[in-house]
Order: sequence, then structure tokens, then C-alpha cells
Amino acid sequence: MSSHSATVTTSRISPARARGFGIFFIFLAVAMAVLFGMGSGPDSATFGLNGPDQFADLPTVEIPAAGTAYFLAVVAAFLGGMQLARGFGHRIYLVLGVVVFLFIFAFLVWATEDNSLNLYGMLQSTLLRAIPLTLGAISGVLCEKSGVVNIAIEGMMLFSAFMGVIIGSASGNLWIGLIGGALAGGVLSSVLAVLSIRYRVDQIIAGTVLNIFALGITSYLTARVLVEYQNLNNPGTFRQFSIPIVSKIPLIGPLLFRNNILIFLTFVLVGAVWFGLNKTRWGLRVRAVGEHPKAADTVGINVQRVRYRNVIMGGVVAGLAGAYLTLGSVGRFDENMTAGKGFIALAAMLFGRYNPVGAFGAALVFGFAESLQNKLAILNVGISSELLAMAPYLATLLVVAGVVGRTRVPAADGVPYVKE
Amino acid sequence: MKVELRGVTKRFPGVVANRDVNLTVSGGEVVALLGENGAGKSTLMNVLFGLYEATEGEIYIDDQKAEFSSPADAIAAGIGMVHQHFMLIPVFNVIENVMLGLEETKGMGRLDEDKASERLLSLSREHGLQVEPYAVIEDLPVGVQQRVEILKALYRNADCLILDEPTAVLTPDEIRDLIGVIQSLKDAGKAIIFISHKLKEVLEIADQIVVLRRGEVVGTTTPSETNEQELATMMVGRDVQLEVSKTPSEPGTAVLRVTDMHVRDDREVKVVNGVSFEVKAKEILAIAGVQGNGQTQLIEALTGLRKVESGNVTLGDEDVTGASPATLFKMDVAHIPEDRQADGMIGAFSIADNLVLNTYRERPFSKGILTDRSAIQRSATKLIEDFDIRTPSARSPASTLSGGNQQKMIVAREFTHAQRLLIASQPTRGLDVGSIQYIHARIVAQRDEGAGVLLVSSELDEIMALADRIAVMCAGEIVGVLDRADATREKVGRLMAGVRDEAPRPPSPPVAEGEGS
Repeated sequence: MSSHSATVTTSRISPARARGFGIFFIFLAVAMAVLFGMGSGPDSATFGLNGPDQFADLPTVEIPAAGTAYFLAVVAAFLGGMQLARGFGHRIYLVLGVVVFLFIFAFLVWATEDNSLNLYGMLQSTLLRAIPLTLGAISGVLCEKSGVVNIAIEGMMLFSAFMGVIIGSASGNLWIGLIGGALAGGVLSSVLAVLSIRYRVDQIIAGTVLNIFALGITSYLTARVLVEYQNLNNPGTFRQFSIPIVSKIPLIGPLLFRNNILIFLTFVLVGAVWFGLNKTRWGLRVRAVGEHPKAADTVGINVQRVRYRNVIMGGVVAGLAGAYLTLGSVGRFDENMTAGKGFIALAAMLFGRYNPVGAFGAALVFGFAESLQNKLAILNVGISSELLAMAPYLATLLVVAGVVGRTRVPAADGVPYVKE
Repeated sequence: MKVELRGVTKRFPGVVANRDVNLTVSGGEVVALLGENGAGKSTLMNVLFGLYEATEGEIYIDDQKAEFSSPADAIAAGIGMVHQHFMLIPVFNVIENVMLGLEETKGMGRLDEDKASERLLSLSREHGLQVEPYAVIEDLPVGVQQRVEILKALYRNADCLILDEPTAVLTPDEIRDLIGVIQSLKDAGKAIIFISHKLKEVLEIADQIVVLRRGEVVGTTTPSETNEQELATMMVGRDVQLEVSKTPSEPGTAVLRVTDMHVRDDREVKVVNGVSFEVKAKEILAIAGVQGNGQTQLIEALTGLRKVESGNVTLGDEDVTGASPATLFKMDVAHIPEDRQADGMIGAFSIADNLVLNTYRERPFSKGILTDRSAIQRSATKLIEDFDIRTPSARSPASTLSGGNQQKMIVAREFTHAQRLLIASQPTRGLDVGSIQYIHARIVAQRDEGAGVLLVSSELDEIMALADRIAVMCAGEIVGVLDRADATREKVGRLMAGVRDEAPRPPSPPVAEGEGS
């Protein structure tokens, strides 16, 4: 067995790519020093860190703008140098996250100079915006791990946001609305499942058709029904509740433990889906079917059944994402209210490397981009609001084009299985 | 255990893949199923393994009639199959692959890898099949992956093992190991069906040989009653010449000279490490080596399909380092690529179009911006006849051809031009005896007409049959160059495994091995 060592490598990141990361880090460091360090005046930035109803309040943090930028630039440059000299191996994506975070923080400090910003508010809005993205991404993970590409997350979210509102309003019960929304996602995904598994329609086309269908039908019904019967568009929203004691911990208490049920459900789903996929029999079989369906078939696993089940489960989770947008957040349906969130969720799935926990992290990044946009508009930093509105999409584009690069896709993703 | 196929016929729309086949294998016995590609061996075994349903006929296990409608049924009946293309999930580890579908769990469906691993290791000790339970499949050499496949079957309590072309992907050393494993399984009372088209192996391993041709059993014999020539004749249905007739080479001047070549693979790992050699006119230089030792990337770099990291390639007097395929074609270099379906043809195009892939821009096939369909068609009709490509029509898509005929099509395209250098990579992989013989004869003919030939093969038989000189490649380097006259299978095999022994051995008696001094 002496001859194969040449082809076996532990790291899947090429030397050129690793170098690229190092150079990128140093580039960001320089940008931080020049833009935010030299660009700052002598004043300080003030950050509040407190949410409501805590044991005790944290003190307000006041930091010098220019000094912080230089300091963070040095840290980023150091990480870049480490990467060039030694390399972080497979932990590079974590380091990348850190460096990007440093950059964004430096930016915030620069933008907040001579001003104050409540970080708690910003974090909270990040989390809230990340929830539907996370659920959408989990929907994608469930489908694609089993080998079915689901680009109809957007459509499923939109359709179930709508159905959730109608059913919730008509029944006067939020829970029934939530279930209705989830089922609506399940119904739409069964169509995707039948088209792509049974009839082997190109999965991108099937998904696109569903997206168009969902947009069309909800827009039509909004115009014809909801405008006239406004009480059908008024289901109310799930109330926030606090988990005793832990919700009083400063900053993270109100952030994580004072939320509505859908947010808690999302936390549970992130953990449960990760555990299910990686630690259980179900997960092993799902991954096998997504990687090499024929191998799964030869050991007696029913490939089609696994795929149907996962796609429908994915649809239900996308349905929860949609229901969150209406029942868990604004409490009403607006035409095309998803506005591409389903696609950003797909990007989060990729960025999170088909891992629910990773997807949650990625969703937080995108959620942060969204909330940054809002805060910057308030801080009035002199960037036009139209440009700022592009932030989340720009972040998505950058991630998909650059960072994701070589995420390992399930080998049989998008390939229908034909039994001989 | 006794497994019997009685009168099995399998029809596909328009084709009879198996006709009235009877086959019996008992515990402690190795039955070899011998036949050319397309003779119906794999189909027959897929019937036995429950992947196909027989059109007619029955399967009996220990004289009990059995019905298999899925592999799960066959597995439950004690039949295990090691497929030619392994049914392993590359990103899973050994345990996950072995227990898939039969998982050990501990509450809430949680996987119990340790428990599975215990059972795996005890099986592995019992049959001398060493594996590392937590190693990831894609990092393992093919020979070890095969062990995992065998263990997977044993883990399911298989008493009858079907091995589909198990030696096709192995090094000579690994084949030795496999034969040992088969022996031990046989001693443990397992029934073994060994599918192959290689005569030497079959004679070595089998207790009984069943020869299949065009889906029918044409003979049943034992190794002691037969020989290679007779088996070949039975298998092909006519007398075949096993060795190509070929005169000693009269090498001319160097055509291709490669100096200190370095190449990286897709993962940026350096897989060709300072390779130098030359190919002379009128000689066949064969590069021997187990697959995955850099030959693929070396050839890709030589033919303009991959970046040359450093080093030098000259064709005659001209520097062609990194030259494009089109440039090389204009300089009369022909290339038979290793993966013919991916790199040698366009499956959805007609045979006629495939035959002009390198010349469609030239007269008479192109006039200005238009192609001349009738010229292309005429040329195709002629080549189909000259090269004996079996097809109903030149308009059929190339993908409908059998492997052998696809290769003949590529050879027809590449050989019809004046040639200085022919680069042939695994030119007969997966082909039947008849096609192999034909392609070999053509390659020798090219040499005799004055071309230099660079042959890459992982088949020792092919190397020994064609080469005038043999360069052995291992781990990205050329570890030895032998003249055909000095080369024995053993010498080449040792070099393939990376054992260098150019230096004369110390004069110690060869029997002393293992005693320790």
C-alpha cells in the first residue's frame, strides 16, 4: 500500500487558496486602518449593551474610535500573517468569520463616532432577521442532504406566510394558523417531490415554477381577497415570553430567552436537525441517499421514500419560516413580503456548508447585514439609503461568489435516482 | 450453503441478456464466471442479487425456491455482492459504510459506532481483512476499499459472495492479497462466485469455470481440464490470438523528450514529481503503474489539458511545453484519452460528428463557415468500414456504441492522420478480448509505420504485450526503466509497488527471508 500516499491529503484547501485567505485578511486590515482609523476624528463611540428586565445593567462602553480601528486592524493583520506563515487548516472559515466580524465592528465604531448606539437593539434585530433565514436554510439542508435541490424555499415561504395569515385570521387561533402555514409549505413541497422524484423534472425548473406559482397566486389573492376583507389579514402575532431566571442575565438573557415560541422552536430545530443528521440512523441513511443512492439501494434502503420524506419535511420547515414572517413578526401579509429571503436562506445553507448550525451562523451574518442597513440609516453616516438597502443582497452575493467557493455538495444532489 | 440458478432468462426490451442459464455453487467452492464484456455476467449476478428480476427461471437456496425482488431479500437469504464499481459512500468512514442499512443503535435512533466496530473488527481478524474502522473511504486505496466491501457483505452474514471483476482495479500485490482472502473465505465454508474476463486468474482461483457467451453458458470446466487458449476460444467463440505478433523495434531518433516535469492535480497536490523520459520513433514506450500514481496528470499535461508546473517538453526540435491540444494535433500528435466517454467523445453527437471532432474546421468538412454534411457522412461511412465499428448507422449517437466500438471510433479518428507521436492512455480498459486484440494490432501498426508511441497502462498483460521499453511510475516518479527483453512480470510488479532495486542485491540466499539474523 505504499503507492497512494501522493493522493491522500488531510486538508482540502489548496495552498493557493490558503494564501489567498491570508492576503485577504491583510487587505481587510489595511482597509480598516485607512478607512476607519485615519477616517476617524478624536471622538469616542458609545455603545449600550442592555436589554429590558435584567438582574443588573452593564455599564455603557465608550471607546476611542481611531484607536479601536487601529487595534482591530493589527489583530486582523496578525491573523493574516499567521495564515500566510502557518495556515489555519480547516479552521480557516472560523478565522474568516472572526476577521470579517472585526472589520464590521471597526466599521460600526467608525460610524458611531461621536454618537451612541445600543448594541443590544442591533443584536436583537440581527437575531430576528436571522430566524426566517435559518428556517429556510434548514429546509434546504433537509432536501439537499437527501439529494433533491430545493430552490423553491422562497415560494414555500411566501405561500405559507399567506396561508398562515388567512387560516390564522379565519380561525381566530394563531396555533391553527401556524399549523396551516406549515402544512401549506408541506403541500407545495410535495408537488416539488413528485415532480422531481417521480417525474424526474429538472429540479431547478420545478423549483422556479413553484416560486412563480407562489408569487402569482398570493399576489392575486392579496389583491382580490385581502384588500377587500381586511379582517382576513389580521391574525395577530405570537406573544413574547421569558424563560424564568436565565432571561434576566444581562445582554444574552433578554436576547436569547425573551422571545416568541417560533424563535425558541428555531433554536430547537437547529440542534435537532444537526443531531438527527449526524448522530442517528435516520441521518446516516439520508446522507447515504444524497451521496450515493445506488449504494443505499443495494443495502436495502428505499431511496425514493427517504427523499419524499425529507422534501416534505423541508417544506414544512420552510412553511414555519413563512409563518414566522407573518404570525411571528409583523402580523399581516404583504404582497411578495419574502423579497428574496428564501434565496438568501439558500445562500446561508451553502455558507453554512449544509450544516444546520453553520447555516444558523450564516443566517446571523445576513441578518446582521440587514440590521446594519437599518441602523446606519438612523446613524446617518452619509451613505444613501438605496445603497444601504443593497447590503444584505450584496453580502449574499459576496458569500456565494467568493467565500463558499468549494463547499462540498452532496454528490447526488439534484440527480434523480433511476432504479434499473 | 448451496445456491442454484435454474433456467434463468433475462430479457430487456429488444435484448436477451441471459438465456436459460444454469449455475450451481456450494459452500467451500469457488465458481468462476468467465465471459467477455457484454456476455451477461453482471446481469446474471444482478438477478441473483435481486437488482433485476428474472424473466424466466428460478433461484434455489439450499434446494428451497427463493424469490428476490430487491437486494434486501437477497441479503436476507445470505447473498452478498462486491460490485465492480464499489457501492461505498466516499465521504463516510468504514464503519458507517459497513453498517448502513443495518445500523446498531442506542436509544432515539442514535448510532452506536463502537458496537458496530467491535463486530467489524472481529470479522476482520477472522478473515484476515485488515481495515481501520474510522478511516474515511475516499482516503483509502482501492484495494482496501474492496476489503471494506467484502466486510460489508460478511457483516450481513453472507454465505455466498459474488465478486464482480474484483481484480480489475488492483495492483499485482493486491491481487495476491485478494487471492489469499478468497482462499480463507473458502476455507470458512463460503460459496464464492468470481466474475472475470481474465484467463490467468480464473485458472488460478477457480474450482469450477463456467463460460458465458452472449448470455448463454457455452461450457463448464475445471482448471485442470483446460488452458488459456481453450478458454479464450470458448469465451470469444472463435480462435483468438492472445499475443500480438510484433517484430523487435528499430528505434529511430527521439520524437518526444520530457525533462524534469512537475504537475499538480485538481487539489493542488503535486502528483508528478520530476519525471523525465524520451520516446523514439518506431518504438513503444509503456508507462506502467498502478492507477493514481500521476500517470493521468502526466498525460494531461503532455496533451495540453493540464498546466505544466515546471519542466520541459519537446517534440522533435520544438518546445511544446504547455501547447494546446489543437497545436499538438497540427504537429501530428494523436491522443487516445484515458476516460474515453468523458474526454474522447461527445456521447450525444452522432458517430459521424465524433469522427471529425479534430478536423471539422478543415477541408473537405468545412467550406467557409459552413460544414459539408455529405463529406462528413462519406468519410464516416468509410471509417466505420475500415475500423470495423459495429453500428447500425453513422448517424447513431456515439453513446449507443459498446465500449469496444467507442474506442474503435476514437482510434479511427486519431489514426487517420499522419503521425509522429501517439499517446494512448489505458487504450483497452474494459474492452473484450476481440477489441483488445484489434486495438493492440493497430498500435503496433502505427509504430511500424514510424510513429513513436507513448502507452500508459495499468494492465501488466498489456504492458508486456506491447512495450519495447517499460518505464514504471510510482508516487509521481519514474522508479525504473526496463528494456522489454529484461522485464519480467515480477520485476515490473515490484517496481509498481514502489520497490526500487536497481542496485544489485547483496548475495544473500533468497530462502533466508523472515528468519532474522
